[in-house]
Amino acid sequence: MGLFNRLIAKVRGTSSASAVEWSEIESELLASDLGPTLVSALLAEAKKLPGDDVENAMKEILRSKLSRKSRAISSGDSTQIVLVVGVNGTGKTTSVAKLATRLHEEKQSVLLGAADTFRAAAVDQLTTWGDRIGIETITGKEGAEPASVAFDSAKRAIDENVNYLLIDTAGRLHNKNDLMAELGKVRRVVEKVAPVSEVLLVIDATTGQNGLMQAQIFSEAVEVTGLIVTKLDGSARGGIALAIESSLDIPIKFIGTGEAATDFAAFEPEKYLDGLLA
Amino acid sequence: MFQTLTSRFAGAFGTLRSRGKISEKDIELAIEEIREALLEADVALAVVESFTENVQNHALEILPTLQAGSNQAEAIYSVVNKELTEILGGGARRIRFAKKPPTVIMLAGLQGAGKTTLAAKLAKFYKDQGETPILIASDLQRPNAVNQLQVVGQSVGVPVFAPEPGNGIGNPVKVARDGVQFATSKLHSMVIIDTAGRLGVDAALMQEAIAIRDAVTPDEILFVVDAMIGQDAVKTAQAFQDGVGFDGVVITKLDGDARGGSALSIAALTGRPIMFASVGEKISDFDIFYPERMASRILGMGDVATLAEQAKKAFDGDTAKKLEDKFSSGEDFTLDDFLEQLEAMSKMGSMGKLLSMLPGAGQMKKQIENFDESEITRTKAIVQSMTPLERRDLKVLNGSRRARIATGSGRKVSDVNALVDKFTAAQKMMKQMRNGGSIPGMPPMPPMPSGMRGPGGAAKAPQKKKSKSGNPAKRALENGSIS
Repeated sequence: MGLFNRLIAKVRGTSSASAVEWSEIESELLASDLGPTLVSALLAEAKKLPGDDVENAMKEILRSKLSRKSRAISSGDSTQIVLVVGVNGTGKTTSVAKLATRLHEEKQSVLLGAADTFRAAAVDQLTTWGDRIGIETITGKEGAEPASVAFDSAKRAIDENVNYLLIDTAGRLHNKNDLMAELGKVRRVVEKVAPVSEVLLVIDATTGQNGLMQAQIFSEAVEVTGLIVTKLDGSARGGIALAIESSLDIPIKFIGTGEAATDFAAFEPEKYLDGLLA
Repeated sequence: MFQTLTSRFAGAFGTLRSRGKISEKDIELAIEEIREALLEADVALAVVESFTENVQNHALEILPTLQAGSNQAEAIYSVVNKELTEILGGGARRIRFAKKPPTVIMLAGLQGAGKTTLAAKLAKFYKDQGETPILIASDLQRPNAVNQLQVVGQSVGVPVFAPEPGNGIGNPVKVARDGVQFATSKLHSMVIIDTAGRLGVDAALMQEAIAIRDAVTPDEILFVVDAMIGQDAVKTAQAFQDGVGFDGVVITKLDGDARGGSALSIAALTGRPIMFASVGEKISDFDIFYPERMASRILGMGDVATLAEQAKKAFDGDTAKKLEDKFSSGEDFTLDDFLEQLEAMSKMGSMGKLLSMLPGAGQMKKQIENFDESEITRTKAIVQSMTPLERRDLKVLNGSRRARIATGSGRKVSDVNALVDKFTAAQKMMKQMRNGGSIPGMPPMPPMPSGMRGPGGAAKAPQKKKSKSGNPAKRALENGSIS
């Protein structure tokens, strides 16, 4: 039984759990990065519940905070263009590779666009992945304009009529206006060729409350349609993702759970909630 | 950086300042505000509790002696400042150099913390100080990490020891051991080992890090952590401390708007000081971490010490001396001097970064972030379109001269007018400052170019510090920094 369950067991059945016990629950919830705002809302609701099944009730409350939007990746007859964005070091390139592996295994034709022309060797990193999977990676010259690489990739993808084009972009901190504007441009330029069907924001599970700002500002710049939560194989429980779902209504679509190409899965809300309260 | 935390602190102290006489209740309310702010800033709960308790105890202790005094809020502020500096790791610690070179530094941390980039920044930092560092590519895990290290190594002109291609091929322990041997034989004075990112819970990879450690017995193991990390920082830092162990912390991506509470937590909980901070994507965006300066910055008092240091680097001795002489001899500060300063300032880095170090910067967060850097170029263009006479004496600027300057610089006449007005006001202010006693040791600050636009479009001058700091430590810093 996890720590949280032990705490729940303590307050279970006692309609008047003591302040100390509630504060223990509070610190447990805070420790999973749900954030003070969401935690105090949760506690307020939880305190009103009848005492017999606090754990399920808690889960029910958490479930109600999840987004109701579809968690499947967009699909259709035309080429689906997926833009992968996020701050530095969250695992965008690796996530692109994992998603490509998954789609490739589902017998979809996939093309990669290496629009991270900033970080040293990022293009090579993606190309290496592409070669391993056995799919083509569209690259530009070193230091090339990311929008132009994205444009070329989109053109190729449409010409070859592939099912999916996954575009990797450079990591950028969301408070850098010029870099966010650059990202907006990447999207606009791609849309001169074909509409972008999905924008996935990669969030590191270890991220704290700053993740909310990331999601909000990236959404303003490029309309994020889904989240990929990475590094969930660590000790972090990734509560920030739920905080994002709850406040911005952006669904988590995939999770990354390791370094191998196959350590990647569709998001399962129930499992996630179990992990959160474990 | 730390900005939201800063504005919360500013709020709490604002309330305290507005009280004529501070009561125990006022302190408790301010502390409650601080507690909430720290939690929102991802500071670990345990740290929050002990921090607020200490501040409260100290504040209440000195309260009786304070109530008669006039500077109560400042006294409370200095309690918080002291406590915060303490938590951030007391005084800054430097790298321990090996008695017999090379000094071996090993980097460890989670994936994506920024180890590879940091390795290059660290190498550059010490190369500039006369060391002869070499980088060792022991991250053989992540695709093309070796390649990335080679690229960044080359860009800073530091050799990279990379016998293995990486991408899963090669033994990182052997690479590290061979690398140190190679460095010793080639008389490199410093070795920086880049290792693969690993999770705290990954026992196998932690074992590998331990094996690297035991193979090379590093003088310093630095734990590299992303400023955006949340409450998990505690567990992760603990896992690394129990596993490979570390001597110091490097915090990266501090240029984001993450509140950096993790920095507070890790230093406080592991007792390992934060030694370096990385504040941008450029190789030079990196510095020693100064706890006392960071504490001031968190508390919204600006980071004048760092600003002064950068100014010292950018303004060569002659320029500074000339300006100071001019200032004290009573000569007018002219647009030519202004131009010289603008040029020196562009050498110091981006305006946004400079402005964020000024006192009161917390309240101007939005404007600073939206600062249009090319505004400096435009301002320069206006001044450069003036004749020497006009630059010396603004009074000759009639309508037709202004129109000519506007055409010459590709700006509107209203832009020229705005610059002239602001400059005249600044000249006047400097005269007053001179008459009323100057700030010791500070070169005259130029007036703000009109790049900082508020929502209304009007340029806003930064708040001038009304008086010298009430905090003796800070005053000493100010006085000592430029002379």
